Amino acid sequence: MSFDVDIDMAVDDHAFALKFVSDAKLTALVGPSGVGKTSTLNAIAGLLRPRKGRITVAGRVLFDHAAGVNLPPEQRRAGYVFQDARLFPHKRVAANLDYGEKLAPPDARFVTKAEVVNLLEIEHLLDRLPATLSGGEARRVAIGRALLSAPRFLLLDEPLASLDESRAETLLTLIERLRDELDLPMLLVSHSTAEVERLAGRVVTMTQPGQA
Amino acid sequence: MTEVEWTIVALSLKVSIVAVLVTMPIAYGLAWVIARRRFPGRMLLDALVHLPLVLPPVVTGWLLLVLLGRNGAIGGWLYDALGITLVFHWTGAAVAAGVMALPLMVRAMRLSIEAVDRRLVGAARTLGASPFRAFLSITLPLSLPGIAAGAMLGFARSLGEFGATITFAANIAGETRTLPLAIYTGLQVPGSESAVARLAVISIVLSLGALLASEWLVRRSQGARAHVL
Repeated sequence: MSFDVDIDMAVDDHAFALKFVSDAKLTALVGPSGVGKTSTLNAIAGLLRPRKGRITVAGRVLFDHAAGVNLPPEQRRAGYVFQDARLFPHKRVAANLDYGEKLAPPDARFVTKAEVVNLLEIEHLLDRLPATLSGGEARRVAIGRALLSAPRFLLLDEPLASLDESRAETLLTLIERLRDELDLPMLLVSHSTAEVERLAGRVVTMTQPGQA
Repeated sequence: MTEVEWTIVALSLKVSIVAVLVTMPIAYGLAWVIARRRFPGRMLLDALVHLPLVLPPVVTGWLLLVLLGRNGAIGGWLYDALGITLVFHWTGAAVAAGVMALPLMVRAMRLSIEAVDRRLVGAARTLGASPFRAFLSITLPLSLPGIAAGAMLGFARSLGEFGATITFAANIAGETRTLPLAIYTGLQVPGSESAVARLAVISIVLSLGALLASEWLVRRSQGARAHVL
């Protein structure tokens, strides 16, 4: 089982519950804006704490309210690619890539920096500061940073949003490759039907409370 | 400058630098707690930190005397256990200057800590960083401009410290007589107008320099932030 999620959350004034089990390599999470997709990713990464419920990823219990389990983010080992990339502004691209790799257990690493740089075509960006990158470049670096941290699963929040068509296509192909070549459960949040149809083995639709 | 003036300036610089260096980590700790933690009594802590800013300095000096004097609650212990006396000693002047500078330093540091996007800390945690490591590698370096600006501001404030110093550490030539105290002393003596004027000019130059340096650092940090967005 890649993702087994059953949570009840309250973020600011918005409360929602979500329950799904997915066996697919790549699971897509879709639904209208503000329904709680990003909050769900945050809960799985350990950045938000659900009111109750259970989160299991790849057979590992990350959160279990009833059993009092709530692993801190650094023990969950999510490869989280944030929608805004969220690169560290004071570190150059190379240092951003190194950040998670240095903290990853050596035997858990499955790619080298050279491979990631090659795969994502970011060699020419290594000495740059994040503020000087375009949206697509920043997102590629963010993906690289996540992969190098030796994650046990990937969380992708709108990885293709606001990219022009050719850039989006490149990244789409890349995500397909990651899905097929790596043994990592992936959870994708997306607004694009085409993207979801092409990538996801399983689609989870979130609806506003009362609409379901 | 004459030798006497050099002694006064050197003492002032020594007192202010030591005051800022000792106060800096305390101020940063307080700034971090006030900026990032939510707990009952946070408002009270914030108010207490700001107290030296609004109290008459002579009252702050009196409080220091009560707490840190030879017979004070903490001062008595310091003397009995470690043989340290702060009263009538330049270290006492440094303590007074540090306490008076604390609110300004906490303010500058707190603003820069609040300006650090907490989501960056979250990103660091997902990449495997412990809370402490995330603090060291993200929050601390990104709030560095505020630390520098706070230190400069605190330094400028320490140079000008008068009321709490004269109350707590007294006005002893060569020991606790810093620039403002020397100027005050000169004003009590007829015929020393030109000496007072010289000291005043030195004081203005030093303070202006510290303030300009602080302003420059703040500007630089704002520039860096605009760059981030």
